[in-house]
Amino acid sequence: MSNLFIPLIVLFVIIYGFFKKINIYDAFIEGVIDSFSMIMKMFPSLLAMILAVNIFKSSKIIDYVFSFLKPLFLLLKIPFEVLPIAVMRPLSGSFGLALLNNIYGIYGPDSYISFLSSVIQGSSDTTIYIITLYFGTVGIKKIKHALWVGLLADLFMVIMSLIIVPFLF
Amino acid sequence: MINKLWAFLIISGSLYLIINGKFEILNKQILGSGKVTLDLLFQIFPLIALWLGIMNIAKRAGLLDKFSKLIEPFLRILFPKIPRNHESFDYISSNIIANVFGLGNAATPFGIKAMESMQKLNDNKEEASTSMITFLIMNTCGFTLIPTTIISLRMLHKSKSPTSIVLPCIIVSFISLVFGLIVDRLWAKK
Repeated sequence: MSNLFIPLIVLFVIIYGFFKKINIYDAFIEGVIDSFSMIMKMFPSLLAMILAVNIFKSSKIIDYVFSFLKPLFLLLKIPFEVLPIAVMRPLSGSFGLALLNNIYGIYGPDSYISFLSSVIQGSSDTTIYIITLYFGTVGIKKIKHALWVGLLADLFMVIMSLIIVPFLF
Repeated sequence: MINKLWAFLIISGSLYLIINGKFEILNKQILGSGKVTLDLLFQIFPLIALWLGIMNIAKRAGLLDKFSKLIEPFLRILFPKIPRNHESFDYISSNIIANVFGLGNAATPFGIKAMESMQKLNDNKEEASTSMITFLIMNTCGFTLIPTTIISLRMLHKSKSPTSIVLPCIIVSFISLVFGLIVDRLWAKK
């Protein structure tokens, strides 16, 4: 179904533009040219973030810092595997996807752990990356409460997942 | 804030790796990050290029204006400080529509355009405006109807129902979006 979604949009836009009698070919070329400057602008802040995130996640400091939480997770019957996904979700999308890949491999994609991890991964976005990229591109230095609200909503999302998923699984 | 976060990630991560004697990993991460960034940009570049091309057709044909008009009443409530009919609304609504349909990478160009046009309205060019913050909260909550990457990963692992996670994702991300917007509004008023 979702495989058909993008082709349908493309087709719809082209048919719509064609019957509106605009020069769709020129419009396409013009749009593509815009993409070069966009990529150039994204590179610096993306490099800065990937450098920091990769050092941080390869240190596995998160596993160490949060190991004391294990008994609490056991008590609340929450699989400990979801913690790294929840913590890293705001930082890196690819990291969560790599973890999800592992969890699917170990527990199977239709298990409860996989289901819960998928919902946590799928119900938010890379908060820190988005804030860095967007503010960085336009040269904002004082971001005020943006990061705190973003992270608070992410925490809220994890709690809601833990409450709602058992009912829907 | 970004300054401090950046320093924290690099310093804590590096020190922890050095204390544990994992110089090799640290070295690899530092030297490799440029290539990782470039690879990522190369992966998303073709899609951005293609999508900007297609969306430029939609823009010239007046299609984006139509979508904009559809969700603008809601956006006007959320962004009271942006003047009516300002170009920011077009970019914000395009970004939101792209995100909602799971075209995350395609949404980014619109998001950046939205930020640039909101920056034009901003009095202090170094400080985030309330509109910018509201817009980013809408983005970071990741409300989407089609979490494409997860569905494809589930298909890869031969799940019996790859799309079973869609409904819980919609419910959870919508609730957290509403929560985020309320907290944002309360915090901005302080």
